[in-house]
Amino acid sequence: MGTARRLGTLAALLTIASIPALAQTYPTGNDPRNGLKAGMYDAGTAAEGMRLVSFSKKPAEFDSVRGLTFINSDIAFRDHYVYQGNFAGFTIWDVKNPSKPEIAAVVPCITSQGDPSIVGHLLFISAEGNGNRNDCGKGGVQSPTDHMAGLRIYDVSNPRAPKLVKNVQSCKGSHTHTVIPSPTDKGVVFVYLSGSQPARPATELAGCNNGTDPTDVNNSLYRLDIIKVPLAHPENAEVVGGARIFTGLDAAPTSTARREAQANRGAGRGGRGGRGGRGARGGDSAQVATQGAARPDPRQPTGPRNCHDVTAYPAMHLLAGACASYGLLVDISNPEKPVRLDARSDTNFSLWHTAVFSNDGSKVVFTDEWGGGTGPMCQATSMLEMGGNTTLTISKDKKFTQHSYFKIPSAQTAQENCVSHNGGLVPVPGRDIMVQGWYQGGVDVIDFTNPDHPYEIAFFDRGPADAPPAPGDTANAAISRGRGTIGGSWGAYYWNGLVYSSELARGFDIYELQPTDKLSANELAAAKLVKFVEYNPQSQPKIVWPAAFPVVRSYLDQLVRDNGLASDRTAAIGKALDAAEKQSGAARAAALNKLAGDVEKDVKGAKDSAKVKTMAAEIRRLAAASK
Amino acid sequence: MIQLRMPSSLPRIAAVAASIALLASCSDAKNQTPAAKTDSAAPAMSMSMSPVKIPAGAVFTEADVRFMQGMIAHHAQAIYMSRLASGHGANAHLLKFAQKIDQSQIVEIRLMQAWLRRNGQDAPDTSSWHSMQMPGMLTADQLKQLDAAKGPEFDRQFLVLMIQHHNGALKMVTDLFATPQAAQDVDVSVFANDVQTVQTAEIGTMQQMLGNL
Repeated sequence: MGTARRLGTLAALLTIASIPALAQTYPTGNDPRNGLKAGMYDAGTAAEGMRLVSFSKKPAEFDSVRGLTFINSDIAFRDHYVYQGNFAGFTIWDVKNPSKPEIAAVVPCITSQGDPSIVGHLLFISAEGNGNRNDCGKGGVQSPTDHMAGLRIYDVSNPRAPKLVKNVQSCKGSHTHTVIPSPTDKGVVFVYLSGSQPARPATELAGCNNGTDPTDVNNSLYRLDIIKVPLAHPENAEVVGGARIFTGLDAAPTSTARREAQANRGAGRGGRGGRGGRGARGGDSAQVATQGAARPDPRQPTGPRNCHDVTAYPAMHLLAGACASYGLLVDISNPEKPVRLDARSDTNFSLWHTAVFSNDGSKVVFTDEWGGGTGPMCQATSMLEMGGNTTLTISKDKKFTQHSYFKIPSAQTAQENCVSHNGGLVPVPGRDIMVQGWYQGGVDVIDFTNPDHPYEIAFFDRGPADAPPAPGDTANAAISRGRGTIGGSWGAYYWNGLVYSSELARGFDIYELQPTDKLSANELAAAKLVKFVEYNPQSQPKIVWPAAFPVVRSYLDQLVRDNGLASDRTAAIGKALDAAEKQSGAARAAALNKLAGDVEKDVKGAKDSAKVKTMAAEIRRLAAASK
Repeated sequence: MIQLRMPSSLPRIAAVAASIALLASCSDAKNQTPAAKTDSAAPAMSMSMSPVKIPAGAVFTEADVRFMQGMIAHHAQAIYMSRLASGHGANAHLLKFAQKIDQSQIVEIRLMQAWLRRNGQDAPDTSSWHSMQMPGMLTADQLKQLDAAKGPEFDRQFLVLMIQHHNGALKMVTDLFATPQAAQDVDVSVFANDVQTVQTAEIGTMQQMLGNL
């Protein structure tokens, strides 16, 4: 990291932030994910720190491989059901028994890309594209009046018999969407629609207008449509406005391009990782902008006109927008009038795709869907600085600072579509951990507590769905034998003790994290204490841990792992915790309060005094709960 | 440099002849009259493309097939241009940007070829840019001019010409979406939207790079 920061006075003068350096390389040959056997249902697997609890094939209705037509998309959670979108409908899984999920319902309905959210008894499904019909049928849209682009709303009061309540039409449709509860009315949610499609013509949907001026309040293009859903009357759901969070963004890439030229000049080649000869990065021939350099007249705005995906963190009134060439930070205190707080562009990001906040809201991980999700962008030859994650910190005054990149440390094959994709937090106290789908790159668990040094702590990977072409195969033969399968994990999420992953081509996976030296049994036990009845990953819930021994022991394990406190003290604290746990009621509370007092004395002089302090407070909280 | 090959090797006719003969089949699905347009910027198809046959029940149209075929040629030329960078003294920033275009568009070519083959259509190979002229593609003169440039002059020419090239891709997407019944196939629709989003952003980046030269 350090090298890119040594930019000296010139950079300071221009108040240019440093471009994160890349400290990562693909492994050279001993990674267990290398060389896995190909196969749709009998592919080889490699895992570390997690195990497959169950795999369920797609329902027969979607069991066909034809490009994207029948692929699974995202998932949402409520009660003991998992709602899994598909480009041709959706599946509701009953996961009461995670080792044997059962299909509660399959609803065929052509709807790309079918991303779901669940709010109470209402299921929302994203509809983008030109081929979705109001009646869900096959055969394409014959008349514009049959075209459905927007949000489908189903009543799933009975998850075994979903009923379509309303198709809410919108100008640009919905590739993905994000639920934001009304801060003032529990009976109302707002839904932000994201996507990349142009606006429909006014002849198809009244009021739609494809303008080229981002500042024109009448154009439908440079906004996220906002739908208001009265939960008791979903049939009255309608578009109520647009989030105009792009205005003025057109010119900003200058700073990045210039910044990068600067970084390359200042940093030279050191410390940027990667393998020799692959990258064209670094070097010092990039020119700094000269005043008055001729610039072409912009032919059209080149800033974003939509987001691929936005992640709301309603408890913090924040939203992270992954919007084409920008990552945005947005205040959603009033969901109908969002306000952009900051924006970050980065030429190492091809397509800002999605975001995950840390639980305290001080960090956000953005992903780059380089190659659109269908390309094999994790090969040994693929650029390491693209198609991964980047970690940004958020200052108190709500400004971004970009820190580092992360890409799975495994070279995948040319048969495996792979790039960073959707994920969510694993609720381990004291650490920022996320689980994430990387398409055929598998499921990865990543620690981003230190924004400068994210690292992998667990993974599960299958071999490619298709075998590589045989020697001498013509391209046509390879296509007809293998099928160019687009597969892998669309998104992987931790929910109530397990990891659930939507597999595009194969079906539905459930995993359990396992203790390793990077993640302890206590940390996993603490994570399991966090329960959410309902979970929509793009509407991130605030994690609150109960007062409990595993929570205290998580901090203790972390202090041991990172040498945050002297080992004689951590050993003594561990023994005192064991002794206190054997007691009950007032005796336990007294023992814990005494221990907390001792730990408070450890704060000063500890290498990680902040964590010791937090642990002391957790012990006090546990004491209070023990009385 | 690029290893992809199309099995069929039908005789290649000059682009001008092809553009006249096949204009209607590939440039303007709304207007099937062969002599409808004489615009010199109109896309031209190589003679090696068979007539498009749409199977019963398919949601894709001739415009979708021609879009995918044409975009292969369009991408292939962008890759050719990008691979000139390393031998022409491009600056480090431009080299990296060119590498990104190369790596991004080669996998998209494979995606388009796979879609065409899966749907029983002719899939052009990466040499197709020599015989197909799509919007924004460089003329023979522009290619010569680019190849003759070195160092900062190459950087400047590359950016100007690649912006022109990308704008052509955006036009192809706009034309596709403006064609009735087109882009209903989900693979075509998702891909076309990706082209729009990514290349729009890249044009912005290139305009900035040009300003920074």
